[in-house]
Amino acid sequence: MRSTLLAYVLALAALLALTALAFTVGRYPVPIGQLIDLLIGKSQALPPTARTVLFEIRGPRVLSALLVGAALAAAGTAYQGMFRNPLVSPDILGVSTGAALGAVGAIFLSLGVFATQLFAFGGGLAAVALVYWIGSRMRGHEPMLALVLTGVVIGTLLGSAIALLKYLADPYNQLPAITFWLLGSLAAIAPQDLAVAAPLALAGLAPMLLLRWRVNLLSLPDDEARALGVDTRRLRSVVVAAATLMTAAAVAVSGIIGWVGLLIPHAARLVVGPHFGRLLPLSMLIGAAFLLAVDTLCRTIAPIEVPPGVLTALIGTPFFLWLFALSRRGW
Amino acid sequence: MLEVDSLAFGFAGRVVGQGIGFTLAAGEVMCVLGPNGGGKTTLFRTLLGLLPPLGGTVRVQGAPLEALTRTEIARRVGYVPQAHVGTFAFTVREMVLMGRTAHLGAFASPAARDREVAERAIASLGIEHLAHRPFTEISGGERQLALVARALAQDPVLLVMDEPTASLDFGNQLRVLDRIGELARRGIAVLFSTHDPDHAFLCAQRALLLAEGRALEVGAPREVIRPETLRRMYGVAVRIVDAGNGQHACLPEPAPR
Repeated sequence: MRSTLLAYVLALAALLALTALAFTVGRYPVPIGQLIDLLIGKSQALPPTARTVLFEIRGPRVLSALLVGAALAAAGTAYQGMFRNPLVSPDILGVSTGAALGAVGAIFLSLGVFATQLFAFGGGLAAVALVYWIGSRMRGHEPMLALVLTGVVIGTLLGSAIALLKYLADPYNQLPAITFWLLGSLAAIAPQDLAVAAPLALAGLAPMLLLRWRVNLLSLPDDEARALGVDTRRLRSVVVAAATLMTAAAVAVSGIIGWVGLLIPHAARLVVGPHFGRLLPLSMLIGAAFLLAVDTLCRTIAPIEVPPGVLTALIGTPFFLWLFALSRRGW
Repeated sequence: MLEVDSLAFGFAGRVVGQGIGFTLAAGEVMCVLGPNGGGKTTLFRTLLGLLPPLGGTVRVQGAPLEALTRTEIARRVGYVPQAHVGTFAFTVREMVLMGRTAHLGAFASPAARDREVAERAIASLGIEHLAHRPFTEISGGERQLALVARALAQDPVLLVMDEPTASLDFGNQLRVLDRIGELARRGIAVLFSTHDPDHAFLCAQRALLLAEGRALEVGAPREVIRPETLRRMYGVAVRIVDAGNGQHACLPEPAPR
């Protein structure tokens, strides 16, 4: 219990420190003193350029990193518990691939930024709905196995549709846009995008928080969970819907960002164990802090922006291996 | 407590067993014996409401199983599955607390009262020293006891145990059978399956012999476990030895030389 509390405190401290750092560094450095001025309500004392940078450029970007990181980590946590498998990520039922196909389709049709986000969001939801609908009709199989297998094959089908669109796309205008979307980026997220994505992600988070005790039982074999009084079919569909909503909302604004949903829940589980009510908040704190750290590096280490998809693994792998070596706990 | 009447069970389109009828009173222990593939597990899944009956009725405390919700069944019938390793390292205490789920609202987490019930269940099986250990890291026998504790935390009137002694060493088998007797003395009805007829002699008041999906015989172990019923079920020659102190045991007939 005390180690759980310590983990929360450390993760929160790291998150706050990283947030402060993220606001100060960049092409236009803002001294920490000006940031403190802002926090204690003396924003009038700031130079106008600093105000623009903090409120209109860095603010939305920092918030996006926090939102997307926390949402992907939360969805990964729920999926891994539910599939009784520490190697699944939020993409397992096709949400990312569906979102990618939606976005790529919108870019291919030159529909504009808003439509791209909308198509990505809808594509993610539609892909999971399709996988769930087919998977739950595969009677006579273990239900989770049927879902995973359906998710994998539908994922490859959508993947080939994406490949076809890339092949057909205009190589000078559309193909670069498609490639950048698939690499993911937090650079172009506007405050109004956040105003839509954040409530959607929160709407996905709410059922997970409310059902946090019952979700534990989904890690048991199906018969056992049912014999303990859980309507597993219904609970699973609620959790899948919630996790999908969170992931789709995040991916629609950020594009594909891998790694976070797969390995951050692990890292958190190594620290506080698999109990969902304790795991979910820590997972979200670490996910938010991690993606913020990655994105801050993305925009500062080189004269040009580095896509976050490149850095997540580069930073995440040593971090995870270090944590893994340190811990003595099983999954 | 438990009334089973002309029950047919199995899967849609495939009948595994039929014509099963028996009753079990509070504090009674019934042992289900039968060959591999004889339908024991499918029967148990039906009695737990995990499979719909194909015919006949199952009543628990007078209520037909189909009329009860999952939660209502879980408050009456506890299930002890065969011990599995599990994927995630929940502690034994957390695992036992999961037994309280049927007594909680959909959005609730276990409260102080639930923790007390769980601790009592842990203490009654003598596994307090395991409570903080990860379920994935304890031995098979310890896991079996933890799963019994979880079923007790459900506060059931009937316990259904699927081969509770499978894969346990000799000492742990006897310990688990001993606990079964204790649970019955507390007024819980217990239904368990086993591959060893001696276990029926050791702790059951009644035995159900299940072969090819039909109840060969139902009755007191000493009356229904006979050389000819064992031969019919398992196809081997066995004699029953009376140890003289009221205890009985099965011994294989020596092969003719």
